[in-house]
Amino acid sequence: MASHADHADEANRRDFLVIAGNAFAAVGAASLLWPFIQQMNPDSSAKALASTDVDLSHVKEGQAITVMWRGKPVFIRNRTKKEIEEARSVDLAKLPDDGPEAADEKRVKPGHDNWLILIGICTHLGCIPKGQSMGDAKGDYDGWFCPCHGSHYDTSGRIRKGPAPHNLAVPPYEFVSDTKIKIG
Amino acid sequence: MSGHSSSYEPTSRWGKWWDERLPIMRMMHGQFVEFPTPRNLNYLWTFGGILMLCLVAQIVTGVVLAMHYQPSDVAAFDAIEHIRRNVNYGWMIRNFHAVGASMFFIAVYIHIFRGLYYGSYKAPREILWILGVVILLLMMATAFMGYVLPWGQMSFWGATVITNLFSALDTVWSGLGTAIVEWLWGGYSVSGVTLNRFFSLHYLLPFVLTGVVILHVWALHITGQNNPDGLDLKQPSDSVPMHPYATAKDFVGMFAFLILFAWFVFFLPDYLGHPDNYTEANPLVTPPHIVPEWYFLPFYAILRAFTGSFLGIPLGGFAKLMGVIAMFGSILVLVFAPWLDTSRVRSAKYRPIFKWAFWVFAFTCLALGYLGSLPAEGVYVFWAQIFTVIYFAFFLIAMPIIGLIETPKPLPRSITDAVLGSGAAAKA
Repeated sequence: MASHADHADEANRRDFLVIAGNAFAAVGAASLLWPFIQQMNPDSSAKALASTDVDLSHVKEGQAITVMWRGKPVFIRNRTKKEIEEARSVDLAKLPDDGPEAADEKRVKPGHDNWLILIGICTHLGCIPKGQSMGDAKGDYDGWFCPCHGSHYDTSGRIRKGPAPHNLAVPPYEFVSDTKIKIG
Repeated sequence: MSGHSSSYEPTSRWGKWWDERLPIMRMMHGQFVEFPTPRNLNYLWTFGGILMLCLVAQIVTGVVLAMHYQPSDVAAFDAIEHIRRNVNYGWMIRNFHAVGASMFFIAVYIHIFRGLYYGSYKAPREILWILGVVILLLMMATAFMGYVLPWGQMSFWGATVITNLFSALDTVWSGLGTAIVEWLWGGYSVSGVTLNRFFSLHYLLPFVLTGVVILHVWALHITGQNNPDGLDLKQPSDSVPMHPYATAKDFVGMFAFLILFAWFVFFLPDYLGHPDNYTEANPLVTPPHIVPEWYFLPFYAILRAFTGSFLGIPLGGFAKLMGVIAMFGSILVLVFAPWLDTSRVRSAKYRPIFKWAFWVFAFTCLALGYLGSLPAEGVYVFWAQIFTVIYFAFFLIAMPIIGLIETPKPLPRSITDAVLGSGAAAKA
């Protein structure tokens, strides 16, 4: 009869049971962790993608309004000819965030070039940039200026100067009629 | 706990019965009565006890406030005013808690600078020091979440800016940062959901903190205390029993500290806060100038020092990530201090060059604090960048190099010699 010592270095049935048992317990413990992590994520009431209808007819050229969508402010600006021109005369290669969607034409809906619609949250650390009200500082590029850490956005909502890494985001929206949009 | 044995012997039958089952009195006697304490400790060594007092005060007042507070976005702001106006002595207990947070940080910063000056981070106290850094991080997390609870404008926007720090990870892996931030928020912006969980964690973390404090004290009682001369205990005449010598001195320090504490609580309760926090949180309006509580200002200045460029070096899309890394790095670098410092002499008292570096560093921290309170514009950004460089240079350049080039002053042979003059040890 082979003694136990002869097989000490080889994997035996006990090793297998120990490894399999521990692995089972580890996987079980890890999968129990998931609900405790997932409970902190946005729940379905937060996810319910409420859409917002906005009437633009009272927003005159050069004016701006702010509406709420999903708990976030959305900037709506009726841009002047000069502002559109400023936004389109920029060399895209010189923009800090010069992705394929950086061209001003791609940040508005065709035929509605004056309407710039943006999520009004600075891409640096989430402050609301200034520039919506008449007396606000609009930054060095006539768009928006974030007072928290000094990011300047241009008349297309693109980052031009300061610590923000990205252009202001464009929310999903469509024109229901010439003077009405549906955000979301 | 070990490091010192206990001569405690119970005299009563009840005492003996207890000692055979749970010798806690034996342990307390050994660690907090007989424990040998260096005889040369100055008043900077009373801040450990003061910090213990702060922790207990924050927990007691916090538990009471939680009895009257409501962690909901519609009720929180009014609940604070309810506590201040209606609850019996609520005004006082709230002031103890709010001012207490600032006092806690004053004490902890003095405690940390004392450790840096006298070399308390060096061998064999590395673990003790690292546990201290962990305590500092837990304190910061707790204080940050506590400041959100009044649900004023600074609460809301402070929470927004600080949680958004994690979105910098989008630069590392697209979408990762956003996922973490939404997980922290429980939504797509800071909301009542966020407030509720911050309240839960604000209640939890002080108890975690207490656990780490116990480890910190344990580690302290293994190595023994450092002292102004940075010398080890070598002979019985180098030390005195903790009680009544160190405990009495601790009480003097505590009372002096409590005078300052009471002055703020009763005469300037809102001086260390921000008036904007008496405006209820409004997700559509960012205050023109967001500042954190004073104790975070140096780190905030480091974060904001990384704009599009840093001292002329363009950072492009990495500015945000660099700022976040530098801010967290400014605390984590403390962990490496025991190994970055190459000098075998602990106390700056005997280190002529390091002493200067220390005071430059202390001034740098104050300057960063001042710059953190100013808008991130123009020349302020430039100076924040300069001082950020000096901050890191202290740890990464000054600490290793000074230890190699410096000739320390001659060390006394023992603590007894340092106190009574050389040759006294023989007589003592």
